[in-house]
Amino acid sequence: MDVSEFQDSFFEEVGELLEGMEAQLLALDLAQPDPEQLNAIFRAAHSIKGGAGTFGFEAMQRTTHLLENLLDAARRGELALRRDIVDTFLETKDMLGDQLGAYRQGREPDSQALARICAVLQRLADEEIGATGSGKTGASRDTKPAAEKSSAKKAASGKSSAGKSSEKKNPKAPAPVDEQAERCDGYRVTLLGVSDKDRDLLIEELGRLGRIDSQRRDGDRHEVVLASSESAADIEAVMCFVVEPEQLKIEALVTPPQAIAEPAAGSAVETRAVKTEAPTLAPPVAGDAPGAAHMSHAQAESSLRVPVTKVDHIINLVGELIITQSMLNQVVGKLEGAAKAGLVAGIDLLERNARDLQEAVMSVRMVPMDHVFSRFPRLVRDLAAKFNKSVELVTRGQSTELDKSLTEQIMDPLTHLVRNSLDHGIEHPDAREAAGKPRTGVLTLSAEHQGGNIVIEVSDDGAGLNRERILAKARERGMGVSDAMSDEEVWQLIFAPGFSTAAQVSDVSGRGVGMDVVKRNIEGLGGHVEVLSRAGQGTTTRVVLPLTLAILDGMSIRVGRETFILPVSCVVESLQPRAGDLHGTVGDDLLLKVREDYLPIVAVHQVLGVSGACTDATRAIAVVVQGRGRRYALLVDELVGQQQVVVKNLETNYRKVPGVSAATIMGDGSVALILDVNDLGQLGANRKEIGIPADNPVMPTSHRSPSHESRCIH
Amino acid sequence: MNPVASTDAGAGNQQFLVFSLGEEEYAIDILKVQEIRDYAHVTRISNAPDFIKGVANLRGVIVPIVDLRIKFRLESAEYNANTVVIVVNVGRRVIGIVVDRVSDVMTLTAEQRKPAPEFGVGLPLDYIHGLGDLGERMLILVDIEKLLTSREMALVDEAGESRAA
Repeated sequence: MDVSEFQDSFFEEVGELLEGMEAQLLALDLAQPDPEQLNAIFRAAHSIKGGAGTFGFEAMQRTTHLLENLLDAARRGELALRRDIVDTFLETKDMLGDQLGAYRQGREPDSQALARICAVLQRLADEEIGATGSGKTGASRDTKPAAEKSSAKKAASGKSSAGKSSEKKNPKAPAPVDEQAERCDGYRVTLLGVSDKDRDLLIEELGRLGRIDSQRRDGDRHEVVLASSESAADIEAVMCFVVEPEQLKIEALVTPPQAIAEPAAGSAVETRAVKTEAPTLAPPVAGDAPGAAHMSHAQAESSLRVPVTKVDHIINLVGELIITQSMLNQVVGKLEGAAKAGLVAGIDLLERNARDLQEAVMSVRMVPMDHVFSRFPRLVRDLAAKFNKSVELVTRGQSTELDKSLTEQIMDPLTHLVRNSLDHGIEHPDAREAAGKPRTGVLTLSAEHQGGNIVIEVSDDGAGLNRERILAKARERGMGVSDAMSDEEVWQLIFAPGFSTAAQVSDVSGRGVGMDVVKRNIEGLGGHVEVLSRAGQGTTTRVVLPLTLAILDGMSIRVGRETFILPVSCVVESLQPRAGDLHGTVGDDLLLKVREDYLPIVAVHQVLGVSGACTDATRAIAVVVQGRGRRYALLVDELVGQQQVVVKNLETNYRKVPGVSAATIMGDGSVALILDVNDLGQLGANRKEIGIPADNPVMPTSHRSPSHESRCIH
Repeated sequence: MNPVASTDAGAGNQQFLVFSLGEEEYAIDILKVQEIRDYAHVTRISNAPDFIKGVANLRGVIVPIVDLRIKFRLESAEYNANTVVIVVNVGRRVIGIVVDRVSDVMTLTAEQRKPAPEFGVGLPLDYIHGLGDLGERMLILVDIEKLLTSREMALVDEAGESRAA
């Protein structure tokens, strides 16, 4: 097998272990650290060290070794944790992350950084360990085993692969086995004239039955000393599958296996060390010994690590299945005769099953928002320290699920929002006190499902947006604003490119490159951003995103002889314009009056150059859509129906097409283009000067929210 | 990963797929060809050059379809029973090209492959590997990858390319 495969899984493991370590470090109560948490942190460092040793990643091994020693001292109460010590640990975690990145790319990590962090950790160890006084003589006694252990581990990781795999197959065994071993329930298993290949297999099997304490080879005779609670008959039964009875000899050992175990046998030394030094210690530490592959054992039982490409492939196949199924649907619809009823019933069932399958497969891609939120405690902690602010982070709805690809892409926008809140939103403690608020500000991250969308909110209880300052700034920049603008419209101004009201530009935010990028990113994902703010009470930024990018609720429309798909989420309503509601403006542009609003009309056949379409607006259908802060009416020939479509990227083999976001495959196997409502609006605006200043991002909209409450499907 | 290298190996023989555009016979490296299919169900793309007929569904993959006859300004570009789409793999992309007829697969020896002429034969010289000399017949050897990824084909936009990379 390829070592690089193991390496990749090791890298993933380390990534997760580091994340876990960070989360635990941040959650630590410094005054009264939870021993379980300390153990968990220690185990993470320990596992990383073991794996790093196996793969020969020396820098990582050295760093984790020093860290492990410190953590070991901490969990035994010899190192009193302080905030700065935790900071150092966090810094070390970051350094390990950097090292991981370097190893991933096949580079050696930065040696200067390594030297620096090692020096810091070493100094910490020299200065702090035992300083609490509780260590007494124990300090010197106890730090030693740790070092000893690590060398033992090195030896262990260098052992034969058979030995390693035997250990990893049986992570739970050591604790009970140990006790058994003390009671001399060991065996000497002798293999006679067994081929090398079979022997390795057998030794591996033995490893599953217990712990291999030593092996000795003498010609074609191979002796294995095994500590096991199984009976000799059981062991023989297992071995019989491979060898003849005469090739196998099993003797029970009367003496404890430790006595005959060679001192160099790493695992024996190690298990003993763990046993003696901390009887209360959770047994996994012993099981956590060398090798990266088995680190995932505990998770492996309940979950499966699968490359995203495999899942995507399945999703594609299921997409194909859905398309085939709708193809069948269409054919069956045209059928006549007695057999039809049965066929229709069968097809219906197939349809339901296919949908269920699709949903189930899509759910594989869904990950809880926890993945996203878990990055923020650290960020908030660091930034709060930087700005001398006191901030409490509250997260809600961590279990809300979201497509994995989306979680990756909303990371940056959310980080921006959180930084903004910390920098500009939440005030300094003194200012808060003066305003009659608690000194500690609260930053809330929340997520919830709403229909087919996920709503993520970043709220703070800070000063809120300053309407006057925003308006002043907008005027300064020559944007067309008036005092009569509603709060919502004013808040939208902060999304204008280069807009910043920050009195001081900090290195975190305030350069005005943030919000417009946030808005653009979110819109690129098919979502939108809203801001709610009240002076003195705080600001909430609400990000609404579709749950997945792979499937879309689409409304198929016909223009001329061509079919297009409109995302249902953009559709507000549709209606047949009456001549009286159509108002011409300069040129041949039209405005459509919908209740109180005048909406610009964008004719699909015009912007997309479709021939043979209905050009008389009163005979066409106007679909009112909401795009990029502006609402307008799309003129189409006919609404065909509503269906879920599988989104296919056009840019895989082609390029970006103006006005089109992607493509999909219809039931008859033909390709239909999915319209990009934002882009179409722009196309329409560019094509003809609509009677609205194009630089005004906000159209005066009605009081109704831009949802799809009144939708009519024909 | 370089198919050309593998066919160049050996006695310098290389296999080509031969197709016609109007009166001319063209040939492309067979290893670039994924499959040959009928011309059907092509969805028009707005605001694209006329030689890009649109996109088609190739077993779940959206593939752009280019009519080389229009690109090379042939007099007629009819769609009849012989009209086929050669689906080629260029770079990481899958693209369909519409041609009048696919005739055969031929192995050309190094001697049969002549350098490109000094003057044009309907398409810019950049995209011509050389000429295939078969006595009576002359094949124009097209570097299909270079042709389809060229800027003037407008099949690939730089922004999209960098995103895909």
